[in-house]
Amino acid sequence: MTGERPEVPSDAELVARLRDRDEAAFALVLDAWSGGMARVARSVVSTHASADEVVQDTWLAVIQGIGAFEARSSLKTWVYRILVNTAKRRAMREGRQVSWSLVPGEDDTPTVDRRRFGGPDDPFPGHWLTFPAPWPSPEQRAVSAEIQVRVEAALAGLPERQRVVITLRDVEGYSSDEVCSILQISPANQRVLLHRARAFVRGKLEEYFAAAAADVGTEVRR
Amino acid sequence: MSNLNCDELVELVTEYLDGALDDEAERRVADHLAGCDGCTTYVDQIRQTITTLGSVSPAGDELSAEVSDALRAALRDRPD
Repeated sequence: MTGERPEVPSDAELVARLRDRDEAAFALVLDAWSGGMARVARSVVSTHASADEVVQDTWLAVIQGIGAFEARSSLKTWVYRILVNTAKRRAMREGRQVSWSLVPGEDDTPTVDRRRFGGPDDPFPGHWLTFPAPWPSPEQRAVSAEIQVRVEAALAGLPERQRVVITLRDVEGYSSDEVCSILQISPANQRVLLHRARAFVRGKLEEYFAAAAADVGTEVRR
Repeated sequence: MSNLNCDELVELVTEYLDGALDDEAERRVADHLAGCDGCTTYVDQIRQTITTLGSVSPAGDELSAEVSDALRAALRDRPD
């Protein structure tokens, strides 16, 4: 972690200070949370500009609603729930349907290509025909910026619901319970969406590392 | 009590990493991993995927000074 930000105070303190219109406390959470919020908003709405407006509208709603906040979840979870609902309404206005229930087949189609496993007539049905190739260790990897680009592209290629869940869980670091609370979905749905999303992103990284390994050929590590 | 196949294990990874499997299923996954390099690599790569996602930069879109000022003004004017 680089560029540590100032510590955000406890929820109880924050809520009290926001209710007191304490701008310094507000500036702290604006700084600490807005970037992550924009990322989550972007996973739902179509453009950066819309996402920024969603973040702005969310903060306005937080200001309006802070008096009524009952601390049944953490403040951040509550803010993110407002964010997701604001983003969903915005997406609907933009004519994008965001449905949070599973689509048929989503929870039982394989996440890894079946052709990579032995079929019924192979000596080991259901087992890897060829093991996944190991990836270079972090120290061996070329440029992490390049991997970031691949990961961003993989996220962009996901269906919306999967993208929102993996963004909250793995990019933002929320727990399963928190994500369920933010998105108001069941733990089982959350896990199915996360599972498919992770398998997809792993697949994209696998493609990337395989292509990079084929490319390297003569290139020696600097 | 049958043993897991690799194609079954890869579908249990997320539950496994979340600690959401029941004891029996968790034991079967652990037993399988103990004897299967392919699946051990797969699970490790899912872990690396999670780590990589966690290091994705936090969006870049910080609030502009104007928006930040407008929001602070809105807080000042917050009705009781």
